[in-house]
Amino acid sequence: MLEMFKGYKGAALKTLQSYKARVWGETVISTTRGTFTGIILPRSESDDDQHIVLKLVTGYNVGITVDTITGMKEIGYRKANYKIPEKEFPMSPDKPNVRLFGTGGTIASRLDYRTGAVIPAFSPGELYGAVPELADICNLTTEKLFGVFSENMGPEEYKTLAKAIGEAIRGGVDGIVVGHGTDTMHHTAAALSFMVQNSPVPIVMVGSQRSSDRPSSDAALNLIHATTTAAHSDIAEVLVCMFGPTSDEYALLHRGTRVRKMHSSYRSTFRTIGDYPVATVQKNVITPLRDDYCKRRTDRDVTILPYFEEKVSLLYYYPNMRPDIIDSLVDNGYRGIVIAGTGLGHVNKAVYPAIERACRKGVAIYMTVQTLWGYVHMFVYDTGRDLMDLGIIPADNMLPEVAYIKLGWALGQTDDPEKVREIMLTPISSETTEREPYNGYLILQGGIPEVENFLKTFHK
Amino acid sequence: MKKSVSPDENFARSRTDVGFVPREEATDECYRSMGFKCGLEIHQQLKTKKKLFCRCPSGHYQGPEEYDAEIVRHMRPTLSELGEYDGTALMEFKTRKNIFYRLQNNTACTYEFDDTPPFLLNREALTISMEIALLLKTSVVGEVHITRKQYLDGSIPTGFQRTAIIGIDGHIPIRNKEIEIIQISLEEDSCREVSDIRHDRVYRTDRLGMPLIEAVTGPDMKTPEEAYEVGQYIRFLTRSTGKVRTGIGAARQDVNVSITGGRRVEIKGVSRIHAIPRLTHNEAFRQQALLHIRDELMARFKQKRAVDFREVDLPNSLISDDWVPLRSAREKGFRMVAVRLKGFRSILSHFTGPGRMFADEIEERLKVIACLEPPFMTHSEKLNGEIPESFDNAVRSLLQCEDSDAWVLIWGPKEDIPTALETIGERYELAFDGVPDETRKSMPDGTTIFERVLPGPNRMYPDTDSAPIAVLDSEIEAVRSGLPDDVSAMLHQLNAWRVPQDTYAYILGRNLFPLLETMIERFQVSPVFAGTLLGHRLKYLEGHFSPSAPFHYERILDLFQYVMDQGINLNILPIMLKELYQHPNMDFDSIRSAVAYRKTEAENIHSQIPILIKKFQEIRISDKSDAGVPWVMGQLRQMALGNIDLADLREKIVEAAHA
Repeated sequence: MLEMFKGYKGAALKTLQSYKARVWGETVISTTRGTFTGIILPRSESDDDQHIVLKLVTGYNVGITVDTITGMKEIGYRKANYKIPEKEFPMSPDKPNVRLFGTGGTIASRLDYRTGAVIPAFSPGELYGAVPELADICNLTTEKLFGVFSENMGPEEYKTLAKAIGEAIRGGVDGIVVGHGTDTMHHTAAALSFMVQNSPVPIVMVGSQRSSDRPSSDAALNLIHATTTAAHSDIAEVLVCMFGPTSDEYALLHRGTRVRKMHSSYRSTFRTIGDYPVATVQKNVITPLRDDYCKRRTDRDVTILPYFEEKVSLLYYYPNMRPDIIDSLVDNGYRGIVIAGTGLGHVNKAVYPAIERACRKGVAIYMTVQTLWGYVHMFVYDTGRDLMDLGIIPADNMLPEVAYIKLGWALGQTDDPEKVREIMLTPISSETTEREPYNGYLILQGGIPEVENFLKTFHK
Repeated sequence: MKKSVSPDENFARSRTDVGFVPREEATDECYRSMGFKCGLEIHQQLKTKKKLFCRCPSGHYQGPEEYDAEIVRHMRPTLSELGEYDGTALMEFKTRKNIFYRLQNNTACTYEFDDTPPFLLNREALTISMEIALLLKTSVVGEVHITRKQYLDGSIPTGFQRTAIIGIDGHIPIRNKEIEIIQISLEEDSCREVSDIRHDRVYRTDRLGMPLIEAVTGPDMKTPEEAYEVGQYIRFLTRSTGKVRTGIGAARQDVNVSITGGRRVEIKGVSRIHAIPRLTHNEAFRQQALLHIRDELMARFKQKRAVDFREVDLPNSLISDDWVPLRSAREKGFRMVAVRLKGFRSILSHFTGPGRMFADEIEERLKVIACLEPPFMTHSEKLNGEIPESFDNAVRSLLQCEDSDAWVLIWGPKEDIPTALETIGERYELAFDGVPDETRKSMPDGTTIFERVLPGPNRMYPDTDSAPIAVLDSEIEAVRSGLPDDVSAMLHQLNAWRVPQDTYAYILGRNLFPLLETMIERFQVSPVFAGTLLGHRLKYLEGHFSPSAPFHYERILDLFQYVMDQGINLNILPIMLKELYQHPNMDFDSIRSAVAYRKTEAENIHSQIPILIKKFQEIRISDKSDAGVPWVMGQLRQMALGNIDLADLREKIVEAAHA
């Protein structure tokens, strides 16, 4: 589409053309409802073709109905130039070197006139321009690997990212930060936990729940926390670094295999499930909550295992599920299925034949729990025993999404069901744990006096 | 520059130089010669059940210490849609405030503290705002676009206010001219501040998100009275819909003032329209004074001067133990810095308003921008000889001041001093420009203090979380068909009815015009009687009594009906209204007993007249022939009310007295 009619279609486009008006033109529009003067803005493609968007001199935007337009006259032209002030990132030899990989997401973003939504923007200079505190923490270099929204991250991106991280580590960086959209951050975190092993430095994933185009964004503080962790912590693991409370106070460092996004919009959406987080970060202070983490090393002996079988699926069980769901996966050539079963790891009898058929055909089926918290226990009820007899393998307390990633990664390395089983059941980075601590399961129930007292005493 | 001129003398002299006159003595000519211009931004909460972008109830409030949870946030400037940073945003960022929000479960949800995107715009609010847009004769937009207006003071947890233009380019009539309405927008209300001390600002989130309209007038008012008149007109207009909130804080005005050579200064959050004339008057003279200062500085320096001040930490030897603020600053471990202001003698004590001088301009900025907590400043030109000569001399020699220089001494936590010094420097340089772009806060005495740098259009950004809303012609027509009368038509009608002017504000402010109209039409009473029953009697009752249950104005119609049905004379209404107002649920028969009404024939009352006149002759102490009339009236009044016309009665008494 022509730049001068950006986003306009149908009736609105015709109107612009017939009056020789264009986007970014300062225009006087006469209508049956009165006269409007302002700059014509591009229109979001998903909006209708009945209106033209005008930015008034007061800075407000309004839409003008094309039916009401009786005349348009361009009196000036002013194209917006949206650019975060770019300043050269100051380097100093006594600061750790951190590499920031960009994958997209809202850690830094700008307006997209095509969709009317925000799209990511990214460069060290831009980041420094927006968050100057970063220069006090580390020497930052950035590398934009791809610009995709979180939901479009997949196996190819995992592999590319893992290899890039390997190169950076071998190149000598002191820490890695990965900027990522939050929706599937925990999938990528799991993938990196398996694909990048024995890292000598922290690999910290970070994003933001409120885009950086708003003053209350969590992006800046998240970035400060993440770079602090990458530069200064001694935790050489794949971590997710996001808000602990919704307040601007501290971040939690979650293990890449035990973390999950738990709220569609809260800042403090990430939670460690079935365990507790590794540490807190508050401005430049990192406080470990446990000591069983892999420590930072000076060697560069990282192992990169960039494998993934794409024919793997994650099935969320629901009552009355029919066998055809599983049959169709098998018939479509799927090699692995992770089921998120009810309770201790159950599905209904109706799907038994399909499961049996799948296992006979060599499809690897692993059971996880949709309760998220707790272990699969398939010996407790007959259902569980029956399922194991059919060939389903319980995956302990591995989170369903993590099991999906791990199964894809395992099947990417071998066809041998026994090898796959061995990979799946041997913990690499706490994706299964031997013990569940008493405070691993923690969902506070609001409204109860003692919880309300707690909420009043601490910043939520 | 004569050293002999004391700050007190300088203050008085500069007041004269500026030509200041008190508000009461100012004439229209005085404002005309200054080039006084004023425009209003009128904010009015809408009476909707729910908030604008979430489903929280609207109009429920919490006390400052009532809250279920508290969260803390910080604000950081972002780029506008056209890719620029806003000046206010940068200033607020400099202040480094911790912003605390006090949440209460029944007034706020996750939307208020920005952990949930907005829900669809409240349709009820949209309809009411369209109604007001049409009353203001604006052109209603074809599509409502939600825009984000940045506010980094933290008053809105997102850091911006969601706002949308409903109409532009309207007008309203006042006595002798038309006033332009630039635009009317629908927006969400902000938090209420609990406290703002040092780097901590506390808000409660109850009011946050309530729907509100903002009507912006052109800078068309040329006197403070006109500004007042416009304020009242728009108030009557919004109230005439019956769909707006009333009470403290439900309506607030931002008042823009400028004079020739000055700048637009915005006085924020004026809750009483009565305060507007004095505020605008004082602001006009403040600008006049700042221009005078500019001229004086340009005369001294010939050109704008970059700040070149000398700053020295105050040595302990200069801090006397009996100067409490300094001693306590030393005890707190504060840094104390003396600053030389080159060539600023007699500028600091230059008059800027009643009881205010230029040094206050610096002090106000320091409090807001550097977050210092008073007392934190003194200077070389304090009035009433507050600065001992020995101290003045010591500081002057410390700073190597010449006679023409002035000094400022500030104290505060070490980490805040750099911002404070920068702020002093900024204000120093701005003095050469005259009037800085500012928003100011109104004080009860009619003066104002610095609030923040005036924001520009660079703080607007489209709301990427919400889609535009089409406004159909059919929707506009539906609203138009239910519009109340024009305020100008109502004013005209009141005038034609000869209802006394001093009742207008009450009748229109409480949207009682429709009630008055009904009283006159349905019961055929005289408009003056009905108008004063409301505008004098009811107003008096409201001001002096509190009802035992909510009083609904419609009850007055029921009372009228009752009195008519009973064949009682309407002149009993004022006293019955008093009972009814205090006890809204009392039945009318009981009210009738309470006012001791007894049905009496006219002859019965008239027959008392000769007896009473005779009685008066016995007890009279005046020789005047008519002296008995009021006395006899007084004796018969109670009996007559509700039974006969008092004027007729009086005539009868006069006749009898002369017989």
